[in-house]
Amino acid sequence: MNWLLAVIQTLLFVALAPLLSGWLKWCKCHLQNRKAPSLLQPYRDLLKLIRKQPVVAEHASWIFTRSPYIIFSAMVLAASVVPLIAVDLPTAASADVIVLVGFFAFARFFLALAGLDIGTAFGGMGASREMTISSLAEPAMLMAVFTLTMTASTTNLSLAIAHVLNEGLVLRPSFIFAMFALVLVAIAETGRVPVDNPTTHLELTMIHEAMILEYSGRHLALIEWASQLKLMLYGVLIANIFLPWGIARDFSLHALGYGLLAISGKLAVLAVCLAISETLVAKMRLFRVQEYLSFAYLLGLLGMLSHIILEASR
Amino acid sequence: MNIEQQDFYTQAILSMAALVGLTSFLMLGQGRLLRLIFVFALQGLLLTLTTALAAYSLDSPHLYISAMLTLILKVIFIPWMLRRQVLLMNMHRDVEALKNNTAVMLGGAGLMVFSYYVLHPIVQTSSAIMLNALAFSLSVVLLGMLLMISHRQAVAHVVGFMAIENGLFFAAIVATKGMPMVVELGVAFDVLVAAVLFGIFFFHIRTSIDSLDVDRLNRLHEVDQ
Repeated sequence: MNWLLAVIQTLLFVALAPLLSGWLKWCKCHLQNRKAPSLLQPYRDLLKLIRKQPVVAEHASWIFTRSPYIIFSAMVLAASVVPLIAVDLPTAASADVIVLVGFFAFARFFLALAGLDIGTAFGGMGASREMTISSLAEPAMLMAVFTLTMTASTTNLSLAIAHVLNEGLVLRPSFIFAMFALVLVAIAETGRVPVDNPTTHLELTMIHEAMILEYSGRHLALIEWASQLKLMLYGVLIANIFLPWGIARDFSLHALGYGLLAISGKLAVLAVCLAISETLVAKMRLFRVQEYLSFAYLLGLLGMLSHIILEASR
Repeated sequence: MNIEQQDFYTQAILSMAALVGLTSFLMLGQGRLLRLIFVFALQGLLLTLTTALAAYSLDSPHLYISAMLTLILKVIFIPWMLRRQVLLMNMHRDVEALKNNTAVMLGGAGLMVFSYYVLHPIVQTSSAIMLNALAFSLSVVLLGMLLMISHRQAVAHVVGFMAIENGLFFAAIVATKGMPMVVELGVAFDVLVAAVLFGIFFFHIRTSIDSLDVDRLNRLHEVDQ
C-alpha cells in the first residue's frame, strides 16, 4: 500500500511539472501585458515533440542519444525521494538529501557531456558555463541543506520535515537565511531570469538552451520535461522544508487530499513570486553570477553560524 | 534552554540579531556609497525594531527612548546627512573597486567565528538566551572595523565607525537590558557631534587632496614621489 502510494506520488510529480511551468508562463504573460497561452500549452508542446522524429547529427555518439533518457530518469528518481503530499513514504526513507543533490549532479553531468558530444561551439560554451555555475551553486545548496539537517539532526528529508512539523511554529534565524540561500540557488540551478533566461535563444547569453540546441523530437521533449521537473523539485523543496504545514502525515484519503491541495496552493504562490521577480529583475552579466552565488553561499554560511551561535541549547 | 521553548518575542529578537549581522556583511561588500549608506540606515532600523521588541518583552520602558534615539539618529539624521554630502561632492556615481572582496568576506565570516569563540565562556555563565546574540554584536563591531580597513573612501570609514557604535549599542541591549539613560544620551550626543565633525573633515580632506580616497593621504610629502 505504502509503495503504491509512493509510486502514485512520483507519477503525480511527473504529471504536474508541466502544469507548474504553464502556470508560471501564464502569470508572467499577464504581468507583462501579453496574451497568455493556455495552462495546458506545455503538455501540447511535449506531445507535439514526442510525435516528431528526432534529427540526430551525423557525428553524434551514443552519449548524445542516451543522455535524454538518463537525465529524465535521474529527475524522476529525484522526484521519488522528495515528499510531495505525504511524509514517511518508503522511497523517501531510502535516500537522503545528499543523494538528492547527487541526482541533480548526475543529470547535469550527462547534460554537459551531451552538449560537448556534438562538437558545436554553442554546446561546448553552454556546457562550460553550466559547470561553472553549478560548481558555485552546489556548495551554497549544501550549506543551506546542512543548516536544516543540523536542526533536525538527520539528513533524511521526510524525517526533517516531520521534525519541523512537530516543533510547530518556531521563528528560527538560521531557517530565514537557509531559505533565502536555497531560493537563490534554485533560481540559478533552474536557469531562471537573473542567471539565465529560459525563453531566449540569443547566442551570447544562453546557458541551458545552448547545451540542448541540437536536440529535437522526443529527445528534446524529455529534456524539457526534465527541466520542468527540476523547477518543480526545487519549488517543493522550498515549500515543504520551510513551510511544511498541510502535508499529509497519515495515509487517509482526507489527509492526502488536503496535502495535495496545500502543496498546489504553496507552489502556485511560489510561482507567482517567481514571475514577479522575473518581471522586475533584468538578467545579469555572466561574470556577475559568481557574486550572486557567493552571496547565496554567504547566506548559507550565516545560517549555519546563526544556528550554532543563536540557537544552541545549553 | 532551546529556541523552541522561547516565546515569539525572544525568537523574533534573535532573528533580528541575525539580520543585523547580515547587514554588516552587506556593507562589507558594497562598493557604491549611496547603497552603503542605505544599508547602514537599514541596520539602524533593524536595531530600532530589536530595541522596541526588547522593551516590550522585557517590560523595560526606558528602552523605548533608546529605540527612538536610534531611529532619529541612525535611521534618519546621519544617513540623510551622509547622503547629502555624497551628493554634494558628486561622488554618488563612483564605484569603489574593492580589492580581494572574497577574501574580505571570508575574513568577516572568520571574525564571526572568532567572536563566538571568545564570548563562549561568558555566554555559558548565564541562562538568558538573549545573551546568545552577544557574539553577533561583537562581530558587528569587528566587521565595522574590517569595513574601515578594506574600504578606501572616507565616507565608508565613517559608516564603519557608526556601525561599530551600532554593535556596542546592540551588545548593551542584549547583555544588560540597555545602558543607564545618562550614558545612552551621552553616547547619542557624541555620535551626533562626531557625524557633524566628520562632515566638516570631508570638506577639509577634499580641499587639501582633491579626493576622499584616504590612500592618497600618503602622498602628502613635501616631495611627491
